[in-house]
Amino acid sequence: MHLTGEEEKMLAGGEGRATQKAMQILVALGKIYDAERLVKVSSVQVSGVSYKNLGDAGLEFLSELAKDGKARVKTTLNPAGMSLTDWKSQGIESGFAEKQLEVIDAYRKLGVEITCTCTPYLAGNEPTFGQHIAWGESSAVVYANSVIGARTNREGGPSALAASLTGRTPLYGLHISENRVPTLVAEVQAQLRFPEDFSAMGYFVGRMAKDGIPYFKGIRHAGLEELKSLSAALASSGGVAMFHAAGITPEAEVDTSRVESLTFSSKDRTEATSVLNDEGTPDFVSVGCPHCSLKELSTLAQLLDGRRVNREFWVCCSREVKRQSDLAGYSNLIEKSGAKFALDTCMVVAPIEEMGYKVVATNSAKACHYLRNAGLRVRFMPLEECVLEATRKG
Amino acid sequence: MRLVGRTIFEGKAEGTALVSSSPLSFYGGVNPDTGEIVERGHELQGKTVAGMVLVFPNGKGSTVGSYVMYRLAKNGKAPCAIVNSKCETIVAVGAIISEIPCVDMVEIKKIRPGSKVRVDGATVEF
Repeated sequence: MHLTGEEEKMLAGGEGRATQKAMQILVALGKIYDAERLVKVSSVQVSGVSYKNLGDAGLEFLSELAKDGKARVKTTLNPAGMSLTDWKSQGIESGFAEKQLEVIDAYRKLGVEITCTCTPYLAGNEPTFGQHIAWGESSAVVYANSVIGARTNREGGPSALAASLTGRTPLYGLHISENRVPTLVAEVQAQLRFPEDFSAMGYFVGRMAKDGIPYFKGIRHAGLEELKSLSAALASSGGVAMFHAAGITPEAEVDTSRVESLTFSSKDRTEATSVLNDEGTPDFVSVGCPHCSLKELSTLAQLLDGRRVNREFWVCCSREVKRQSDLAGYSNLIEKSGAKFALDTCMVVAPIEEMGYKVVATNSAKACHYLRNAGLRVRFMPLEECVLEATRKG
Repeated sequence: MRLVGRTIFEGKAEGTALVSSSPLSFYGGVNPDTGEIVERGHELQGKTVAGMVLVFPNGKGSTVGSYVMYRLAKNGKAPCAIVNSKCETIVAVGAIISEIPCVDMVEIKKIRPGSKVRVDGATVEF
Protein backbone atom coordinates (compact mmCIF):
# COMPACT_ATOMS: atom_id res chain seq x y z
CA MET A 1 0.00 0.00 0.00
CA HIS A 2 1.27 3.47 -0.86
CA LEU A 3 1.80 5.87 2.05
CA THR A 4 2.58 9.58 1.84
CA GLY A 5 5.59 11.04 3.68
CA GLU A 6 3.32 12.28 6.46
CA GLU A 7 1.70 8.87 6.83
CA GLU A 8 5.12 7.14 6.91
CA LYS A 9 6.10 9.48 9.71
CA MET A 10 2.99 8.56 11.71
CA LEU A 11 3.72 4.86 11.18
CA ALA A 12 7.32 5.29 12.34
CA GLY A 13 6.17 6.86 15.60
CA GLY A 14 7.11 10.44 14.77
CA GLU A 15 3.69 11.70 15.92
CA GLY A 16 3.53 9.73 19.15
CA ARG A 17 2.59 6.25 20.21
CA ALA A 18 -1.19 6.43 19.91
CA THR A 19 -0.95 7.76 16.36
CA GLN A 20 1.54 5.03 15.53
CA LYS A 21 -0.79 2.33 16.87
CA ALA A 22 -3.65 3.86 14.89
CA MET A 23 -1.58 3.91 11.71
CA GLN A 24 -0.53 0.27 12.26
CA ILE A 25 -4.21 -0.70 12.46
CA LEU A 26 -5.08 1.16 9.24
CA VAL A 27 -2.09 -0.24 7.33
CA ALA A 28 -2.93 -3.80 8.39
CA LEU A 29 -6.57 -3.37 7.34
CA GLY A 30 -5.43 -1.80 4.07
CA LYS A 31 -3.28 -4.86 3.46
CA ILE A 32 -6.04 -7.33 4.28
CA TYR A 33 -8.57 -5.60 2.01
CA ASP A 34 -6.10 -4.74 -0.79
CA ALA A 35 -6.35 -0.96 -0.45
CA GLU A 36 -4.06 0.98 -2.76
CA ARG A 37 -3.69 3.85 -0.31
CA LEU A 38 -5.30 5.71 2.56
CA VAL A 39 -7.93 8.40 2.02
CA LYS A 40 -8.57 11.44 4.22
CA VAL A 41 -11.82 11.40 6.18
CA SER A 42 -13.90 14.41 7.25
CA SER A 43 -15.89 12.79 10.03
CA VAL A 44 -15.71 9.86 12.45
CA GLN A 45 -18.36 8.15 14.58
CA VAL A 46 -16.89 5.84 17.23
CA SER A 47 -18.73 2.73 18.44
CA GLY A 48 -17.61 0.88 21.55
CA VAL A 49 -18.68 3.37 24.21
CA SER A 50 -20.92 1.38 26.57
CA TYR A 51 -18.93 -0.18 29.37
CA LYS A 52 -21.31 -3.15 29.03
CA ASN A 53 -19.65 -3.94 25.68
CA LEU A 54 -16.12 -2.64 26.27
CA GLY A 55 -15.36 -4.20 29.63
CA ASP A 56 -12.09 -3.53 31.46
CA ALA A 57 -10.00 -4.50 28.44
CA GLY A 58 -11.55 -1.84 26.26
CA LEU A 59 -11.28 0.75 29.01
CA GLU A 60 -7.57 -0.02 29.49
CA PHE A 61 -6.91 0.27 25.77
CA LEU A 62 -8.66 3.65 25.54
CA SER A 63 -6.80 5.00 28.58
CA GLU A 64 -3.51 3.92 27.03
CA LEU A 65 -4.32 5.71 23.75
CA ALA A 66 -5.46 8.83 25.61
CA LYS A 67 -1.93 9.34 26.97
CA ASP A 68 -0.79 11.01 23.74
CA GLY A 69 -3.50 10.55 21.11
CA LYS A 70 -5.70 13.34 19.69
CA ALA A 71 -8.64 13.31 17.29
CA ARG A 72 -7.74 15.04 14.01
CA VAL A 73 -11.25 15.32 12.56
CA LYS A 74 -14.75 15.83 13.91
CA THR A 75 -15.45 12.75 16.03
CA THR A 76 -18.63 11.86 17.90
CA LEU A 77 -19.60 8.92 20.10
CA ASN A 78 -22.15 6.13 20.14
CA PRO A 79 -24.57 5.83 23.07
CA ALA A 80 -23.08 4.96 26.47
CA GLY A 81 -24.49 2.46 28.97
CA MET A 82 -26.30 5.18 30.93
CA SER A 83 -27.16 8.87 31.05
CA LEU A 84 -23.91 10.66 31.89
CA THR A 85 -25.69 12.96 34.34
CA ASP A 86 -28.84 11.16 35.55
CA TRP A 87 -27.63 7.60 35.91
CA LYS A 88 -28.75 7.34 39.51
CA SER A 89 -32.41 7.97 38.73
CA GLN A 90 -32.09 5.46 35.86
CA GLY A 91 -31.33 2.77 38.43
CA ILE A 92 -27.70 2.21 37.36
CA GLU A 93 -25.43 0.87 40.09
CA SER A 94 -22.44 2.99 41.06
CA GLY A 95 -19.75 0.42 40.17
CA PHE A 96 -20.93 0.37 36.55
CA ALA A 97 -21.33 4.16 36.50
CA GLU A 98 -17.78 4.75 37.71
CA LYS A 99 -16.31 2.58 34.93
CA GLN A 100 -18.59 4.16 32.32
CA LEU A 101 -17.46 7.65 33.34
CA GLU A 102 -13.80 6.53 33.08
CA VAL A 103 -14.49 5.43 29.49
CA ILE A 104 -16.00 8.85 28.73
CA ASP A 105 -13.02 10.60 30.35
CA ALA A 106 -10.61 8.72 28.11
CA TYR A 107 -12.59 9.80 25.03
CA ARG A 108 -12.67 13.39 26.30
CA LYS A 109 -8.87 13.37 26.63
CA LEU A 110 -8.66 12.06 23.09
CA GLY A 111 -10.47 15.18 21.89
CA VAL A 112 -13.66 13.33 20.98
CA GLU A 113 -16.97 15.23 21.31
CA ILE A 114 -19.03 13.74 24.11
CA THR A 115 -22.26 13.44 22.16
CA CYS A 116 -23.25 9.80 22.76
CA THR A 117 -25.86 9.23 20.08
CA CYS A 118 -26.52 6.71 17.31
CA THR A 119 -27.95 9.54 15.16
CA PRO A 120 -24.92 11.85 14.89
CA TYR A 121 -26.49 13.21 11.70
CA LEU A 122 -29.17 14.82 13.91
CA ALA A 123 -26.62 16.16 16.39
CA GLY A 124 -24.08 18.18 14.45
CA ASN A 125 -21.98 15.45 12.82
CA GLU A 126 -23.41 15.88 9.36
CA PRO A 127 -21.26 14.77 6.41
CA THR A 128 -22.24 15.73 2.89
CA PHE A 129 -22.64 13.82 -0.39
CA GLY A 130 -19.48 12.08 -1.61
CA GLN A 131 -17.38 12.73 1.50
CA HIS A 132 -15.20 9.94 2.86
CA ILE A 133 -15.96 9.24 6.51
CA ALA A 134 -15.28 6.42 9.01
CA TRP A 135 -18.37 5.53 11.03
CA GLY A 136 -18.84 2.67 13.42
CA GLU A 137 -22.50 2.65 14.36
CA SER A 138 -24.15 0.18 12.01
CA SER A 139 -27.48 2.04 11.62
CA ALA A 140 -25.72 5.38 11.06
CA VAL A 141 -23.36 3.70 8.56
CA VAL A 142 -26.35 2.64 6.47
CA TYR A 143 -28.00 6.06 6.79
CA ALA A 144 -24.80 7.93 5.84
CA ASN A 145 -24.03 5.75 2.80
CA SER A 146 -27.59 5.49 1.54
CA VAL A 147 -29.49 8.64 2.45
CA ILE A 148 -26.65 11.19 2.61
CA GLY A 149 -24.40 9.60 -0.02
CA ALA A 150 -21.26 9.89 2.12
CA ARG A 151 -18.86 6.93 1.97
CA THR A 152 -17.96 4.62 4.82
CA ASN A 153 -17.33 0.97 5.54
CA ARG A 154 -18.79 -0.66 8.65
CA GLU A 155 -16.02 0.20 11.09
CA GLY A 156 -15.40 -1.50 14.42
CA GLY A 157 -14.59 0.58 17.51
CA PRO A 158 -10.76 0.49 17.21
CA SER A 159 -10.67 1.06 13.43
CA ALA A 160 -12.99 4.08 13.66
CA LEU A 161 -10.86 5.51 16.45
CA ALA A 162 -7.72 4.86 14.40
CA ALA A 163 -9.30 6.90 11.59
CA SER A 164 -9.96 9.73 14.03
CA LEU A 165 -6.38 9.80 15.40
CA THR A 166 -4.84 9.88 11.90
CA GLY A 167 -7.62 11.57 9.89
CA ARG A 168 -7.50 8.69 7.41
CA THR A 169 -8.98 5.32 6.48
CA PRO A 170 -7.91 2.65 3.94
CA LEU A 171 -9.46 3.16 0.51
CA TYR A 172 -11.50 -0.01 -0.13
CA GLY A 173 -15.07 -1.31 -0.03
CA LEU A 174 -17.78 1.36 -0.03
CA HIS A 175 -15.25 4.18 -0.49
CA ILE A 176 -15.01 3.04 -4.12
CA SER A 177 -17.89 3.75 -6.56
CA GLU A 178 -17.83 0.29 -8.23
CA ASN A 179 -18.60 -1.33 -4.88
CA ARG A 180 -21.72 0.76 -4.27
CA VAL A 181 -23.95 -1.05 -6.81
CA PRO A 182 -27.02 -3.10 -5.82
CA THR A 183 -26.80 -6.86 -5.26
CA LEU A 184 -30.50 -7.55 -4.62
CA VAL A 185 -33.71 -5.85 -5.81
CA ALA A 186 -36.62 -5.72 -3.35
CA GLU A 187 -39.95 -5.04 -5.08
CA VAL A 188 -42.13 -3.48 -2.41
CA GLN A 189 -45.77 -4.57 -2.78
CA ALA A 190 -46.78 -4.17 0.84
CA GLN A 191 -48.43 -0.94 1.91
CA LEU A 192 -46.09 0.99 4.18
CA ARG A 193 -48.15 3.11 6.55
CA PHE A 194 -46.00 3.59 9.64
CA PRO A 195 -42.24 4.04 10.14
CA GLU A 196 -42.48 0.67 11.93
CA ASP A 197 -43.44 -0.96 8.61
CA PHE A 198 -40.07 0.20 7.28
CA SER A 199 -38.42 -1.31 10.34
CA ALA A 200 -40.11 -4.69 9.72
CA MET A 201 -39.25 -4.52 6.01
CA GLY A 202 -35.60 -3.74 6.79
CA TYR A 203 -35.42 -6.68 9.14
CA PHE A 204 -36.88 -9.00 6.50
CA VAL A 205 -34.79 -7.76 3.57
CA GLY A 206 -31.57 -7.47 5.62
CA ARG A 207 -31.71 -11.19 6.33
CA MET A 208 -31.96 -11.92 2.60
CA ALA A 209 -29.34 -9.39 1.50
CA LYS A 210 -26.72 -10.58 4.05
CA ASP A 211 -23.78 -8.18 3.52
CA GLY A 212 -24.96 -7.03 0.07
CA ILE A 213 -26.67 -3.83 -1.11
CA PRO A 214 -30.47 -4.02 -1.48
CA TYR A 215 -32.29 -1.84 -4.00
CA PHE A 216 -35.89 -0.98 -3.05
CA LYS A 217 -38.43 -0.38 -5.80
CA GLY A 218 -41.94 0.85 -5.15
CA ILE A 219 -41.51 2.94 -1.99
CA ARG A 220 -43.76 5.95 -2.66
CA HIS A 221 -42.71 8.16 0.18
CA ALA A 222 -40.13 7.97 2.95
CA GLY A 223 -39.07 10.74 5.32
CA LEU A 224 -36.16 10.89 7.73
CA GLU A 225 -37.90 8.73 10.36
CA GLU A 226 -38.78 5.97 7.89
CA LEU A 227 -35.26 5.92 6.41
CA LYS A 228 -33.69 5.92 9.86
CA SER A 229 -35.82 2.90 10.90
CA LEU A 230 -35.10 1.09 7.65
CA SER A 231 -31.33 1.68 8.02
CA ALA A 232 -31.23 0.32 11.56
CA ALA A 233 -33.23 -2.81 10.78
CA LEU A 234 -31.23 -3.65 7.63
CA ALA A 235 -28.00 -3.49 9.61
CA SER A 236 -29.22 -5.68 12.46
CA SER A 237 -30.61 -8.77 10.71
CA GLY A 238 -27.88 -8.75 8.07
CA GLY A 239 -24.52 -7.15 7.55
CA VAL A 240 -25.96 -4.48 5.24
CA ALA A 241 -23.96 -1.22 5.06
CA MET A 242 -25.90 0.50 2.26
CA PHE A 243 -29.19 0.42 0.33
CA HIS A 244 -30.76 2.28 -2.56
CA ALA A 245 -34.40 3.30 -2.93
CA ALA A 246 -35.64 4.31 -6.40
CA GLY A 247 -36.66 7.97 -6.49
CA ILE A 248 -35.55 8.54 -2.90
CA THR A 249 -31.83 7.97 -2.30
CA PRO A 250 -29.17 9.97 -4.21
CA GLU A 251 -27.28 7.12 -5.91
CA ALA A 252 -30.28 5.07 -7.04
CA GLU A 253 -29.96 5.83 -10.76
CA VAL A 254 -28.23 2.58 -11.64
CA ASP A 255 -29.03 -0.33 -13.90
CA THR A 256 -30.72 -3.15 -11.96
CA SER A 257 -31.78 -5.30 -14.90
CA ARG A 258 -29.33 -8.08 -14.12
CA VAL A 259 -29.76 -8.06 -10.37
CA GLU A 260 -31.57 -10.89 -8.58
CA SER A 261 -34.88 -9.79 -7.09
CA LEU A 262 -37.45 -10.65 -4.43
CA THR A 263 -40.82 -9.18 -3.46
CA PHE A 264 -41.88 -7.80 -0.11
CA SER A 265 -45.63 -8.43 0.16
CA SER A 266 -48.20 -7.61 2.83
CA LYS A 267 -47.89 -11.22 3.96
CA ASP A 268 -44.12 -10.78 4.39
CA ARG A 269 -44.73 -7.64 6.42
CA THR A 270 -47.13 -9.45 8.74
CA GLU A 271 -44.69 -12.32 9.11
CA ALA A 272 -41.73 -10.00 9.75
CA THR A 273 -43.77 -8.30 12.47
CA SER A 274 -44.89 -11.52 14.11
CA VAL A 275 -41.38 -13.03 14.35
CA LEU A 276 -40.46 -9.99 16.46
CA ASN A 277 -43.16 -10.70 19.05
CA ASP A 278 -42.66 -12.95 22.05
CA GLU A 279 -45.16 -13.97 24.74
CA GLY A 280 -45.66 -11.85 27.82
CA THR A 281 -46.90 -8.54 29.12
CA PRO A 282 -44.37 -5.71 28.80
CA ASP A 283 -42.90 -4.30 32.02
CA PHE A 284 -40.65 -1.86 30.14
CA VAL A 285 -41.52 0.32 27.15
CA SER A 286 -39.00 2.23 25.08
CA VAL A 287 -38.88 4.24 21.87
CA GLY A 288 -35.90 5.85 20.19
CA CYS A 289 -33.83 3.10 18.57
CA PRO A 290 -32.28 4.80 16.64
CA HIS A 291 -32.52 7.94 18.80
CA CYS A 292 -35.75 9.95 18.30
CA SER A 293 -35.96 12.85 15.88
CA LEU A 294 -37.73 16.10 16.82
CA LYS A 295 -40.75 15.01 14.78
CA GLU A 296 -41.04 11.78 16.75
CA LEU A 297 -40.87 13.73 20.01
CA SER A 298 -43.63 16.00 18.70
CA THR A 299 -45.84 12.96 18.00
CA LEU A 300 -45.05 11.53 21.44
CA ALA A 301 -45.89 14.82 23.14
CA GLN A 302 -49.30 14.86 21.43
CA LEU A 303 -50.00 11.25 22.36
CA LEU A 304 -48.91 11.67 25.99
CA ASP A 305 -50.55 15.04 26.61
CA GLY A 306 -52.82 14.70 29.63
CA ARG A 307 -52.08 10.99 30.12
CA ARG A 308 -50.18 9.12 32.78
CA VAL A 309 -47.74 6.27 32.15
CA ASN A 310 -48.03 3.23 34.41
CA ARG A 311 -44.76 1.45 33.76
CA GLU A 312 -41.13 2.35 33.03
CA PHE A 313 -41.14 4.25 29.73
CA TRP A 314 -37.84 5.43 28.19
CA VAL A 315 -37.70 7.98 25.40
CA CYS A 316 -34.18 7.76 23.97
CA CYS A 317 -32.67 10.70 22.09
CA SER A 318 -29.57 12.85 21.81
CA ARG A 319 -29.04 15.94 23.96
CA GLU A 320 -29.16 18.07 20.83
CA VAL A 321 -32.64 16.88 19.83
CA LYS A 322 -33.77 17.09 23.48
CA ARG A 323 -32.68 20.75 23.55
CA GLN A 324 -34.80 21.47 20.46
CA SER A 325 -37.68 19.61 22.06
CA ASP A 326 -37.36 21.68 25.26
CA LEU A 327 -37.69 24.89 23.25
CA ALA A 328 -40.63 23.52 21.28
CA GLY A 329 -42.45 22.62 24.50
CA TYR A 330 -42.57 18.87 23.76
CA SER A 331 -40.26 17.77 26.59
CA ASN A 332 -42.52 19.22 29.23
CA LEU A 333 -45.58 17.30 27.97
CA ILE A 334 -43.58 14.08 27.71
CA GLU A 335 -42.11 14.33 31.21
CA LYS A 336 -45.40 15.42 32.81
CA SER A 337 -46.84 12.03 31.82
CA GLY A 338 -44.15 10.24 33.82
CA ALA A 339 -42.18 9.09 30.76
CA LYS A 340 -38.41 9.47 31.17
CA PHE A 341 -35.94 10.87 28.71
CA ALA A 342 -32.94 8.54 28.37
CA LEU A 343 -30.16 10.78 27.07
CA ASP A 344 -26.68 9.59 26.02
CA THR A 345 -27.91 5.99 26.11
CA CYS A 346 -30.66 3.61 24.97
CA MET A 347 -32.51 0.40 25.88
CA VAL A 348 -29.99 -1.70 23.94
CA VAL A 349 -26.71 -0.55 25.52
CA ALA A 350 -27.96 0.18 29.06
CA PRO A 351 -27.87 -2.93 31.29
CA ILE A 352 -31.69 -3.17 31.59
CA GLU A 353 -31.67 -6.98 31.81
CA GLU A 354 -29.71 -6.57 35.05
CA MET A 355 -32.28 -4.08 36.33
CA GLY A 356 -34.88 -6.84 36.52
CA TYR A 357 -37.01 -6.15 33.45
CA LYS A 358 -38.26 -9.13 31.48
CA VAL A 359 -40.47 -8.04 28.56
CA VAL A 360 -39.77 -4.92 26.49
CA ALA A 361 -42.23 -3.21 24.15
CA THR A 362 -40.58 -1.09 21.45
CA ASN A 363 -41.18 0.23 17.93
CA SER A 364 -37.73 -0.87 16.72
CA ALA A 365 -36.89 -4.15 15.01
CA LYS A 366 -33.22 -3.50 15.74
CA ALA A 367 -33.89 -3.13 19.47
CA CYS A 368 -35.94 -6.37 19.44
CA HIS A 369 -33.04 -8.19 17.78
CA TYR A 370 -30.38 -7.12 20.29
CA LEU A 371 -32.59 -7.26 23.40
CA ARG A 372 -33.43 -10.87 22.56
CA ASN A 373 -29.72 -11.66 22.34
CA ALA A 374 -29.41 -10.20 25.84
CA GLY A 375 -32.04 -12.67 27.08
CA LEU A 376 -35.11 -10.39 27.21
CA ARG A 377 -38.49 -11.03 25.64
CA VAL A 378 -39.73 -8.43 23.16
CA ARG A 379 -42.94 -6.98 21.69
CA PHE A 380 -42.66 -5.04 18.44
CA MET A 381 -45.41 -2.43 17.88
CA PRO A 382 -45.99 1.03 16.36
CA LEU A 383 -45.21 4.16 18.39
CA GLU A 384 -48.92 4.79 19.13
CA GLU A 385 -49.31 1.29 20.56
CA CYS A 386 -46.14 1.70 22.62
CA VAL A 387 -47.81 4.71 24.25
CA LEU A 388 -51.01 2.70 24.84
CA GLU A 389 -48.92 -0.09 26.39
CA ALA A 390 -47.11 2.37 28.65
CA THR A 391 -50.28 4.11 29.79
CA ARG A 392 -52.37 0.93 30.19
CA LYS A 393 -53.64 0.49 33.74
CA GLY A 394 -52.76 -2.63 35.74
CA MET B 1 9.57 -26.76 6.89
CA ARG B 2 9.50 -23.06 6.14
CA LEU B 3 6.37 -21.18 4.97
CA VAL B 4 6.29 -17.54 3.94
CA GLY B 5 3.07 -15.57 4.42
CA ARG B 6 2.14 -11.94 4.95
CA THR B 7 3.01 -9.95 8.08
CA ILE B 8 0.04 -8.50 9.94
CA PHE B 9 2.03 -7.53 13.04
CA GLU B 10 5.80 -7.78 12.85
CA GLY B 11 7.61 -9.77 15.54
CA LYS B 12 9.52 -12.88 16.56
CA ALA B 13 8.23 -15.70 18.76
CA GLU B 14 8.70 -19.39 19.37
CA GLY B 15 6.26 -21.85 20.91
CA THR B 16 4.14 -24.96 20.62
CA ALA B 17 1.45 -25.03 17.93
CA LEU B 18 -2.18 -25.04 19.07
CA VAL B 19 -4.05 -25.75 15.86
CA SER B 20 -7.74 -25.33 15.01
CA SER B 21 -9.24 -26.10 11.62
CA SER B 22 -12.31 -23.95 12.44
CA PRO B 23 -12.61 -20.17 12.98
CA LEU B 24 -12.29 -18.75 16.48
CA SER B 25 -14.26 -16.04 18.29
CA PHE B 26 -12.29 -14.33 21.05
CA TYR B 27 -15.37 -12.51 22.39
CA GLY B 28 -17.32 -15.12 24.31
CA GLY B 29 -15.03 -17.85 23.00
CA VAL B 30 -11.87 -17.28 25.08
CA ASN B 31 -11.73 -16.47 28.79
CA PRO B 32 -9.74 -13.20 28.99
CA ASP B 33 -8.42 -13.95 32.50
CA THR B 34 -7.21 -17.53 31.97
CA GLY B 35 -6.74 -17.89 28.22
CA GLU B 36 -8.97 -20.96 28.17
CA ILE B 37 -11.05 -21.63 25.06
CA VAL B 38 -14.62 -21.82 26.32
CA GLU B 39 -16.72 -21.80 23.15
CA ARG B 40 -19.09 -24.73 23.46
CA GLY B 41 -18.46 -27.47 20.94
CA HIS B 42 -15.28 -25.85 19.60
CA GLU B 43 -12.60 -28.40 18.73
CA LEU B 44 -10.17 -26.65 21.11
CA GLN B 45 -12.64 -26.24 23.99
CA GLY B 46 -10.80 -26.59 27.30
CA LYS B 47 -7.33 -25.87 25.84
CA THR B 48 -5.50 -22.68 26.74
CA VAL B 49 -4.02 -20.22 24.26
CA ALA B 50 -1.48 -18.76 26.74
CA GLY B 51 2.09 -18.82 25.38
CA MET B 52 1.12 -20.97 22.36
CA VAL B 53 1.53 -20.32 18.68
CA LEU B 54 -2.18 -20.17 17.92
CA VAL B 55 -3.00 -21.45 14.44
CA PHE B 56 -6.55 -21.06 13.02
CA PRO B 57 -8.12 -20.09 9.68
CA ASN B 58 -9.68 -16.74 10.69
CA GLY B 59 -11.51 -14.87 13.41
CA LYS B 60 -15.29 -14.56 13.71
CA GLY B 61 -17.91 -12.94 15.94
CA SER B 62 -18.04 -9.52 17.60
CA THR B 63 -15.44 -6.81 17.04
CA VAL B 64 -15.17 -6.64 20.85
CA GLY B 65 -12.94 -9.71 20.31
CA SER B 66 -10.03 -7.36 19.61
CA TYR B 67 -10.33 -6.01 23.16
CA VAL B 68 -10.43 -9.55 24.58
CA MET B 69 -7.05 -10.21 22.92
CA TYR B 70 -5.74 -7.00 24.50
CA ARG B 71 -6.94 -8.15 27.91
CA LEU B 72 -5.31 -11.58 27.45
CA ALA B 73 -2.02 -9.81 26.72
CA LYS B 74 -2.37 -7.57 29.79
CA ASN B 75 -3.02 -10.70 31.90
CA GLY B 76 -0.02 -12.52 30.45
CA LYS B 77 -2.34 -15.14 28.89
CA ALA B 78 -2.07 -14.23 25.22
CA PRO B 79 -0.72 -16.58 22.56
CA CYS B 80 2.94 -15.80 21.74
CA ALA B 81 2.09 -15.65 18.03
CA ILE B 82 -0.90 -16.03 15.69
CA VAL B 83 -0.89 -17.78 12.32
CA ASN B 84 -4.01 -17.46 10.10
CA SER B 85 -5.03 -18.57 6.63
CA LYS B 86 -6.82 -15.27 6.02
CA CYS B 87 -6.72 -12.71 8.79
CA GLU B 88 -9.80 -10.44 9.22
CA THR B 89 -10.44 -7.18 11.07
CA ILE B 90 -11.02 -8.54 14.59
CA VAL B 91 -7.83 -10.58 14.85
CA ALA B 92 -5.69 -8.06 12.93
CA VAL B 93 -6.74 -5.18 15.18
CA GLY B 94 -6.42 -7.38 18.27
CA ALA B 95 -2.90 -8.50 17.35
CA ILE B 96 -1.77 -4.94 16.69
CA ILE B 97 -3.13 -3.38 19.87
CA SER B 98 -1.87 -6.33 21.95
CA GLU B 99 1.48 -6.51 20.08
CA ILE B 100 1.19 -10.21 19.28
CA PRO B 101 3.26 -11.24 16.23
CA CYS B 102 0.72 -12.19 13.56
CA VAL B 103 1.13 -13.65 10.07
CA ASP B 104 -1.44 -14.81 7.53
CA MET B 105 -1.67 -16.27 3.99
CA VAL B 106 -0.08 -19.44 5.33
CA GLU B 107 -1.23 -22.97 4.50
CA ILE B 108 -2.12 -23.80 8.07
CA LYS B 109 -2.99 -27.46 7.55
CA LYS B 110 0.71 -28.16 7.06
CA ILE B 111 1.38 -27.23 10.71
CA ARG B 112 1.13 -30.26 13.03
CA PRO B 113 -0.54 -29.71 16.42
CA GLY B 114 2.04 -29.81 19.20
CA SER B 115 5.03 -29.11 16.97
CA LYS B 116 7.58 -26.39 17.79
CA VAL B 117 6.93 -23.35 15.62
CA ARG B 118 9.02 -20.23 15.07
CA VAL B 119 7.44 -17.06 13.72
CA ASP B 120 9.65 -14.26 12.42
CA GLY B 121 7.88 -11.52 10.48
CA ALA B 122 6.28 -13.21 7.48
CA THR B 123 8.15 -16.50 8.01
CA VAL B 124 6.75 -19.53 9.83
CA GLU B 125 9.25 -22.35 10.53
CA PHE B 126 8.55 -25.74 12.14
